[in-house]
Amino acid sequence: MTLQKPDYPSRRGVLIGAAAAAAGLALPGPAEAQAIAGVLRIGMTAADIPLMTGAPDNGFEGYRFCGYTLYDALCNWDLSSATKPSDVVPGLAESWAIDPKDKTKWVFKLRHGVNFHDGSPFNADAVVWNYDKLINKSAPQFDPRQVALIGFRIPSIKAVRKIDTYTIEFTTPSPDAFVPYQVVYIPIASPKQWEAVGKDWAKFNEHPSGTGPFKFDKFVPRQRAEFVPNKDYWDRKRIPKTDRVVLLPLPEPNSRTSALLSGQVDWIEQPSPDAVPQLKSAGMQITSNPYPHIWPYHPSVLPDSPFHDIRVRKAINLAIDRDGLVKLVGGYALPAKGHVLPDSPWFGKPSFDIKHDPAQAKKLLIEAGYGPSKPLHLKFAISASGSGQMLPLPMNEYVQQNLADVGVKLDFDVTEWQALIDRWRAGAKSPMNKGIDAVNVSYATQDPFSAFTRFLRSDLHAPSGVNWGFYSDPAMDKLLAAAQTAPDPATLNAALARIHQKMVDDAVMIWVVHDTGPRAMSPRVKGFVQAKNWFQDLTPVSVA
Amino acid sequence: MLLALIVRRILYALPIAIGVTVVCFSLVHLAPGDPLNAVVGPDAPADVVASLKRAYGFDKPLPIQYAKWLLRAASGDLGRSVATGRPVTEEMRHSIGNSVALALVGAVIGFTFGCLFGGIAGYAQGGVVDRVASFFALLGVSVPHYWLGMVMVILFSVEFGALPAIGIGPHGAAIWAWTGADWAHAILPAITLAVIPLGIVTRTVRAAVAEALNQEFVQALRAKGLRPGAVLRHVMKNVAPVCLAVMGIQFGYMLGGSILVETVFAWPGTGFLMNDAIFRRDIPVLQGVILVLAMFFVALNLIVDIAQTLIDPRMRRGTTR
Repeated sequence: MTLQKPDYPSRRGVLIGAAAAAAGLALPGPAEAQAIAGVLRIGMTAADIPLMTGAPDNGFEGYRFCGYTLYDALCNWDLSSATKPSDVVPGLAESWAIDPKDKTKWVFKLRHGVNFHDGSPFNADAVVWNYDKLINKSAPQFDPRQVALIGFRIPSIKAVRKIDTYTIEFTTPSPDAFVPYQVVYIPIASPKQWEAVGKDWAKFNEHPSGTGPFKFDKFVPRQRAEFVPNKDYWDRKRIPKTDRVVLLPLPEPNSRTSALLSGQVDWIEQPSPDAVPQLKSAGMQITSNPYPHIWPYHPSVLPDSPFHDIRVRKAINLAIDRDGLVKLVGGYALPAKGHVLPDSPWFGKPSFDIKHDPAQAKKLLIEAGYGPSKPLHLKFAISASGSGQMLPLPMNEYVQQNLADVGVKLDFDVTEWQALIDRWRAGAKSPMNKGIDAVNVSYATQDPFSAFTRFLRSDLHAPSGVNWGFYSDPAMDKLLAAAQTAPDPATLNAALARIHQKMVDDAVMIWVVHDTGPRAMSPRVKGFVQAKNWFQDLTPVSVA
Repeated sequence: MLLALIVRRILYALPIAIGVTVVCFSLVHLAPGDPLNAVVGPDAPADVVASLKRAYGFDKPLPIQYAKWLLRAASGDLGRSVATGRPVTEEMRHSIGNSVALALVGAVIGFTFGCLFGGIAGYAQGGVVDRVASFFALLGVSVPHYWLGMVMVILFSVEFGALPAIGIGPHGAAIWAWTGADWAHAILPAITLAVIPLGIVTRTVRAAVAEALNQEFVQALRAKGLRPGAVLRHVMKNVAPVCLAVMGIQFGYMLGGSILVETVFAWPGTGFLMNDAIFRRDIPVLQGVILVLAMFFVALNLIVDIAQTLIDPRMRRGTTR
């Protein structure tokens, strides 16, 4: 027996019910409060609001938005020009010099009449207090987390002393010309405010106080931070032109793009290159400018690596078609001619010209003993993503093809970004890097130590430093020492240029491209000047 | 009897909870990447890293770390986030509320339409309506969250400008409010989150209704001359326990706050929190969130079991065996 098709309740009734339910859910959607004049809303790549204690996390993005906005350091970065290389300029210190009587001492003359956002005065005591939080374990404000985050940026500052209310003195173990490039990374926070919040750095993070052009206003963890202009800022030229800056963590690139296109933010960091045409067609501004960033392969020069032979290092440098790679990333990169940007005062005059020359590459490989009968096999450790890594997978595949064209077989060991960082810290000799000939980790080359010393000095071999590839050359050590003891900025630049020259001529790395840091912003954002720097100045920016 | 069942299920939940903690603890420690990478600058010297490891207790053998963590967790202290320094419980307070809100809205959408589509399809098996409903059900379970979320954002936020693309509210509040403009923020993520449960519930309800309709008691009811509405009530009562079980599990998944949905919509719930914790190797946060979510799941199953028992007397009899 078959059942009769049930006829209850009527199909029409059910359908009407469904339609009614659907209509009930389709709530009227009040569109998001759109842009407000004077308010600059920035979509960051970080997944959380970077720390605002004056020791930012989230890398240089943290410094960019939660460091140099709320704070000044003794020296600041000059972020005023889009054309000239960005150097250090007076910040909370008006001048600085090596003590002529004792070259292990640096004397900084401090700026008068500056107040923290909480109203307390800035003076030598505040500077000593801020450095003590990093170098003096017995100081009550000493904070191991801040030491871990930024302490390594002042490797040569061993002591700080107040000479008078507006003069302080740093002591270094040996003469060190890099000190201004170290203090630039130490934002000066208000000791008074730290006491007011119960001597608690976590609470200070919720009520930070510095001397910077922006004052803290509001903070919702993981959602937003809001800053307002510091109308009393000491540098009258840098009084912010916006009424408010809102920082929003938007780690997903497509979400950032959508947020900009739908008018929920006015500015996004790092739009993905394939979204740029869409952003442009929607009338968005795309800004970019090369900055001290390099996307290289850092080779192991240990005896068991093919890169022990300089001819192989040079050959691989010559095998890469950088112009093609630049096209691959939508034009937002600059072909590398060395470790630093070609217009850097530290570039020098290397004789090894880095370009695409497959014929010469093949010749060098044959000289080094590789050819069709004995092809060269290489293995690089790369990441699938990561800070400053640009588009690592397609870029590496492109290079793989370039190398195949000169008869080199390149394999990858793809790891997750944090795992690659571990491998990088461990150095080429570590068992975890067995069989790895190079690591693909992007570098900041903003200051002399970060650009050169850490990769080149023979006593900084991993794991005591990040000389990953175990490069070692007494002549280079001498050049590094000469730079470190340079008496004045001009001599320092000349000494660094000699280092870079030797670095390129020794083909210490395989340099590929420099990022040009694209960012996208609404046409209402005016006045932004993208400096050749990891950091940017938000003070001239206005929102119509 | 019901009380006995509840007590027994709570007792069952304990070993499950401990098992979950062991698994989550092992998993997060097995993953490569140093747990201190988030707070250690790239060039930090080895001694600084070592002293910080000591400070966080990461230098101890894993079983000791686990035991310490478990003891503290038992007293409600889930430690502090390595990355932010804030207590894990504080980190989770808002994010759980936001994920629950999203899951509730998603559940209302998913379950209402799932039951509706499934019911209709079950009634009208083989017909056009059934095919359409089954198509949507299949689409629901197959379409990737991530893709759907982005397509909806492109359509409704970028093209039509009707709904916001990101965030939980226009004013930067910490918690999603059940009022006004905040609703606009919830619509797209909730629909995205609802799609999978909608598909699954549709399929389950369809199968259950179809099966119930084929049972003899329906014929008997109809033969007794019951009105269609009354027969439907009986069918629904029979179908309810199965559907409830499925919905309970689905709601559990939704509570977990899909990492992908929350990341696409920058919805600051547990998924968004976990995404950041995974990438930064913030082990205390990861462990805390996984533990709390697992407990939610266990609790939810318990509630579903009890609800089923209340609805279906056969189950109550089962407990006495």
